[in-house]
Parts: sequence; structure tokens; C-alpha cells
Amino acid sequence: MSDFFSALSDNLPQLRSGLWVTLQATVLGSLLALLLSFVLGLMAISPMLAVRGVSRVVVEFFRGTSLYIQLFWLYYAMPPLTGYELTPLLCGVVAFGLNYGAYGSEVVRGAINSVPRAQHEAAVALNLTPVQRMRKVILPQAWVQMIPPFTNLLIQLLKCTPLLWLISAADLMTVIQQLRDRTGETLTAYLTLLAVYFVLAYALTLLMNLLERTAKRRLGLPTGAGSLLRTRSAVDAVATTAGGAR
Amino acid sequence: MATEPLPLQKTAAAAPEDAAGTDALVRFDRVVKRYGDHVVLDELDFSVRRGEHVTLIGPSGSGKTTILRLLMTLEKVSGGVIWVDGAPLSHVRTPDGGLKPAGEKHLREARKKIGMVFQQFNLFPNMKVLQNITEAPISVLGMDRDEAESRARELLDLVGLAGKIDAHPSQLSGGQQQRVAIARALAMRPEILLLDEVTSALDPELVAGVLDLLSDIARTTDITMLCVTHEMNFARDVSEKVLMFDAGRVVEAGPPEKIFTAPEHERTRDFLDAVL
Repeated sequence: MSDFFSALSDNLPQLRSGLWVTLQATVLGSLLALLLSFVLGLMAISPMLAVRGVSRVVVEFFRGTSLYIQLFWLYYAMPPLTGYELTPLLCGVVAFGLNYGAYGSEVVRGAINSVPRAQHEAAVALNLTPVQRMRKVILPQAWVQMIPPFTNLLIQLLKCTPLLWLISAADLMTVIQQLRDRTGETLTAYLTLLAVYFVLAYALTLLMNLLERTAKRRLGLPTGAGSLLRTRSAVDAVATTAGGAR
Repeated sequence: MATEPLPLQKTAAAAPEDAAGTDALVRFDRVVKRYGDHVVLDELDFSVRRGEHVTLIGPSGSGKTTILRLLMTLEKVSGGVIWVDGAPLSHVRTPDGGLKPAGEKHLREARKKIGMVFQQFNLFPNMKVLQNITEAPISVLGMDRDEAESRARELLDLVGLAGKIDAHPSQLSGGQQQRVAIARALAMRPEILLLDEVTSALDPELVAGVLDLLSDIARTTDITMLCVTHEMNFARDVSEKVLMFDAGRVVEAGPPEKIFTAPEHERTRDFLDAVL
């Protein structure tokens, strides 16, 4: 045990850079995923069949093929195929972004559909353009509904970053694996990994709870005392004030 | 006024209709609305003059709300034409003189004249009261923010909610929300205001306030109003014309004093017996 921790403290720079790679992969991957979620999610509700079709195909493809295999494709198969070589980190960002963007697009689509039809009609009655209806009325209300499922996806994405080890991206997982190999302290190494990923995931949860609180307050919804520390449930019903029934 | 006969309309009916309809602001011309096999409106004809306040009464399912939704372009007609101020509401002319369903651009132009207040208020919960009222004038009419806000304040004053300018819709009672919704519709300066059972979702003690407000607006403005309502007192006090609907047709039309005291049609008598 002490061998491992002295190895840890001797290798602080590598650890820091491993943590940095993991954080970069998580943040950049989820930003790409967020962007794709909105692009694919909005395409999925387009009145044009062809646009909906493209979104459907892309979503099903990236949701239906394993993240492992996507990573291997990007890292090993793309260079001989296209002549371009991405860094391991960039491979991770792209694979995480595409995979979780596909899942996220369903979140966006579902949240938009959950905004009562009556809100859309009120916006039509005020003669807002289709883009204004979406941007000013529908999306701000849908956003509150998206945050809880997005939190789940974000944490899942973080927990997928150890896959970077498979394409030797020098992330946190890789660094601690190397220390384990060097010291032979399997138990301590893996306990450390558990603890670090848990701390990271919980920090993200708190951050997203804060975001949700702000978003709810903006809609004048009750935020609930202590909701920042509350355990997140997948089904987090949000009552809206707007009438839905007609 | 450009009301030349349409190819899709019987020319025999057109001539006398047009003579009488020259001052019609809204005219339904053999309007049909179907959902699948279910016929909601069956070749409906009626017209509303500029400045007139019309109430639509009748049993539920008789198509009253559908009429307002068609006028607000929330639904498409299955047949016939709606004319507003001499122009087809949701059709455009084809080169050969016929009419075809219009696209979004034409609809946006057509909606400029029309505002609507809904049974469930439908305020935007992501905006405070003030922004609910100013959003459309700013982003649709291109009004500058200061002007839109000072006008919103006047309207909130009119509806008796000057103190609620910074409230969220969720912090207001139903009656207050509905009064904000009325102010929001008025902010777009509509020529025609559609009121769809605007008091039906309110607690009984809040109904009177909203009805008084609408009476005020009817008395002090020249806005044409079409109201679907179950409040017969409101129909009596505010409207000059009552249309009694049944099964997608007008069974009887006339001034309220006549409809309520001496209805001619049996369906009207039955309906009034049931609600009064």
C-alpha cells in the first residue's frame, strides 16, 4: 500500500496530466455531444421527412454501434483509410461526442415534445415566426426538462473515459494502471480509481443540480431546499404552469 | 373589396352574399372542417361586421371553438374559404384565378389582424409578466423595447395588474393570468379578438372580474370580438349578435334580446333551458 502511495506522490506530474486528459475528454466530449444533441434532436422534429430521416439514421447508427468499436475505428481504422491521424484524445472526444450526442438527441426531442401544444399555439397566435417560437418559447421550457437526463448522460460519459486506456491516451486510468504495474499494488490502485471517478462524477452532479436550480428559478418553479445535494432520480417530473389540456 | 366569385363556390350564392357582405370583416364561406370521418363544421356560412361583438353559443362539440381555431390559423379548413377584410385568410390565389392553401409567409401576414385569448391562458412560464406582453411586439412588430414596455405598463394598468409586472405567471391566480393573457393579446393591436371560453377555467369568484374587463374593452375600443362562451350574461351584456350552433351549423342568429327571450328554433330553446 505505501509503495503505491509513494509512487503516486513521486509521479504527481503524470497524475496531473492524466487527470487533465480525462477532464478534457469529458468536457470536450460532452460539449460536442451537447451540440450534436441539439442538431440531431431539432432535425428529428423537422417537418421535412428527409431531414428527419437523416437524423434517425445517424442516431440509430451511433447508438447502435459500440463505443469501443467506434474508438477503435477512429484510432486504428481511420488513418489507413483516410490518411488522417487523430490524437488519442481527439479520437476520444469525437467518439464520446457522437455516441452521447445520439443519446442526447432523444433527450432534446422528448423534452421539446413534452412542452404543451398550447404553448406553441399561444406563440402562433402572437404571430411569432417558427424560429422565434422554438427559441423564445419552446426551448427555454424544454431546457429544464433536459437537465436531469443530460446529467445522467454526462456522468455516463465520464465513466466511459477509462476506455481511452485502450488507445493509450495517457488519461487517468492509463497513468494509474502504469503505477499498478510498477508497484504491483492492484487493490490500492483500483480503490484509488474508484474513489477518483466517484469524486469527479459527484462534482458533476452538484454542478448540474446548480444549473437545474437556476433554470427552474427562471421559470418561477419551486427549486426545493437542499435540492443541490438530493440524489438524482431518472424520472424527475417538472410541473409547468402552462395549461396543456384543451 | 376583392370578393370576386371563386371557381370553387356556387356563383348563385355569391352575388347576394357579396352585396350584404361588403362591410363584413370576417366571412365564412361554405367552410367545412373534418377530422377523419367526423364532420365538425358542415358548409358553414356566417359573417361578422367590423366592430361587431358576436358570441357563439351551443352545446359542446358543436364546432364553436373550431371556428376560432380556424380563424387563428391553428387548424386548416377541409373545404370552403374564410375571408378576412376581403382577402382569403388561409388561401392564396393561383394564376388561373382559383385558390390554394397558403404557406407560412401568407399566414403570418394574415395573423397580424387577429389575436386570441385561450381557455387555459397559455402564458409563457419562461417569461415574467412584463415580457409575456412585450415579447411579441418587440420581435414581431419590431417595436423598440422602451415603447413596448411603456405600452405593456398601460395595458397592465388597464387590466388592473400594474403591481404584478415582475411576477412569474406561476405566482398569479387564474383570473390574474387570464387578465395578463388579455393584455398580451391587446399589445399586438388586433382588429379581431378571439375569446375561447376565457372564463371556463376560472374559479367562480374570479369570473366577474375578467368579464367586466372584457365588457370595458368591448365598450371602449373598436375591436371586433368573437367569443365562445357559456356565460349567457356576458353574451347578453356585451354582444350585439348571438349565433346558436348545433352540429357544425348556425341554427339561429340574432340580437341577444331576441335569442334569449324569443328563440325561434327548438334546438335553441332546449339549449337555453339547459344552461340558464
